[in-house]
Amino acid sequence: MDTAQIEYLEETARKIRGLTLRAIGSVGSGHVGGCMSIVELVTVLYFAAMNIDPSRPGMPGRDRLVLSKGHAGPTVYSALALKGYFPLSELETLNKPMTRLPSHCDMNKTPGIDMTAGSLGQGLSCAVGMALAARMNGGAEYIYAIIGDGESQEGQIWEAGMAAAHYRLDNLIVFMDYNKLQIDGTVDEVMTLMDPVEKWKAFGFHVLEVDGHDLSSIVRTIQLARNRKGKPVMIILHTIKGRGISFAEKAGVDSHSMKVSPEQVETAMKELGWDTLWNQ
Amino acid sequence: MESVKEMRQVLGDCIVDAMKKDSRVVLIDADLGKPNGTFSARAVFPGRCFDVGVAEQNMAAVAAGMAAYGQVPIINTFASFATRRICDQVAVSICYAGRNVKIIGTDPGIAAELNGGTHMAVEDIGVMRSIPNILIFEPCDTVELGKGFAAAMEYDGPVYMRMYRKKVEELHDESYVFGLLKADVLKEGKDVTLVCSGIMVAEAVRAGLMLEEAGVEAEIINIHTVKPVDEAALATSARKTGAMVTCENHNVLGGLRAAVAEVVTRRCPVPVIPVGIQNVNGEVGVLPYLLKRFQLTASDIMQAAMVAMEMKNDRACHCKN
Repeated sequence: MDTAQIEYLEETARKIRGLTLRAIGSVGSGHVGGCMSIVELVTVLYFAAMNIDPSRPGMPGRDRLVLSKGHAGPTVYSALALKGYFPLSELETLNKPMTRLPSHCDMNKTPGIDMTAGSLGQGLSCAVGMALAARMNGGAEYIYAIIGDGESQEGQIWEAGMAAAHYRLDNLIVFMDYNKLQIDGTVDEVMTLMDPVEKWKAFGFHVLEVDGHDLSSIVRTIQLARNRKGKPVMIILHTIKGRGISFAEKAGVDSHSMKVSPEQVETAMKELGWDTLWNQ
Repeated sequence: MESVKEMRQVLGDCIVDAMKKDSRVVLIDADLGKPNGTFSARAVFPGRCFDVGVAEQNMAAVAAGMAAYGQVPIINTFASFATRRICDQVAVSICYAGRNVKIIGTDPGIAAELNGGTHMAVEDIGVMRSIPNILIFEPCDTVELGKGFAAAMEYDGPVYMRMYRKKVEELHDESYVFGLLKADVLKEGKDVTLVCSGIMVAEAVRAGLMLEEAGVEAEIINIHTVKPVDEAALATSARKTGAMVTCENHNVLGGLRAAVAEVVTRRCPVPVIPVGIQNVNGEVGVLPYLLKRFQLTASDIMQAAMVAMEMKNDRACHCKN
């Protein structure tokens, strides 16, 4: 991957970060922490990895993303808008009456969203179903799923993991957003996952680890994951909750769902170099 | 007359037929393929049958994912697991997401027999009926199962089908004209309406004969589809007889009685006396014992009919429409 491509992804990630915060800011509150921790991943998926076509959201054979941690919907909406699925201005309708952009992803409302998710634990099973269906239909596409680390306390995540390994779904690539924080405290304080790498290995996955904010590493890791055969892949994404938005990073645990004032949005935009970003 | 085949054998045949007819149809079991009769489909369509093991939540959401791909999945387990255990998966991944998944729950209520109280879903209809965007169907015999299953597969949307697994009294023959959204008037009458479903249809038919001997003309309506319920059929019968009894293998709260009461209180208020499980847990036993134990027999229905008619005579019923 050359420098120009990396620069393009970096700019895109900054745009997605800013658009997401502005959308949440327009409502006054939202899941800032978990939205920001997956910005780089979502950037790579939509702008460097997935085979998709914004002019044909239902294109057969397209890659799919299931956002099992559905509360990070605003990040995906920003990527979709930037990609051209709908106008950027629509992001400001987030969570407002009659919006097509609800907090948690809804396949029947938003162009480009392939699965409804929000009740934690279910999306990974849905992705397993999609991977089975894709294989049954002879498709060469990949099914991507993003789960949370707190979400991994749901028993259903492990039911889905068993099935993915049992059916040898090597068209399934799962990311765990390992930001190590959840609502009531750190993941270790609330309910430790022990060693998720060893756990997923024991569940029959190829396991890869990556710095979740390093764009070129994410690109390389996804390429690696696509070439692993015979097993599903789990990519443990080491991330920081609230990443890139200083007041959210500082809030730590309290960034899961937080109030966002217009002043905070303004400060964050300055930090992101918002104006220069769009004037280039 | 007792059916030649068990309901589960017919279910297996129905699934194979549906898979032959429509290449989108897939089957997902959760380690109950053998007891529920669905295992046989694996020999015919090995590539379209899956078993997720003892993991019903996963089964439901895997089905939703497959349905998002355009498959028409059938998922299969006991009624207790198909409803109360996976309520959230049914509500969110299937019904909220509007996925075309067919959910089969076998041996509801006392039909769980020797598996006992832990396995007796006395609330499955109540749980499922309050979830928006789902159709609920319950066949009373193998003929109705065959026709209803085919119709449920044709129906574009989530369906919950609750059914007894074993041999049943055959109440229909092949001439039966089935309509998924249409209640069946099995017998016309003017004095009282017996509204029934599933294994209680046979009891209601027996009660109808007993009432006839006592000089009472009972109308018998089989509600094979409790949601959406055939409102017109219920309102018409309520106006005609002015007294109703609901007969269900389910808690008297939230199920058929509730569905009937919801209609008649709005369209033609009449007394509705419930025969069903009286808000108590199930217990282990064989079906004839349990029918008596929970007061679900034909004589219980007959007594309830007498009470309903007495109430009708005591109080004027002000019907409109």
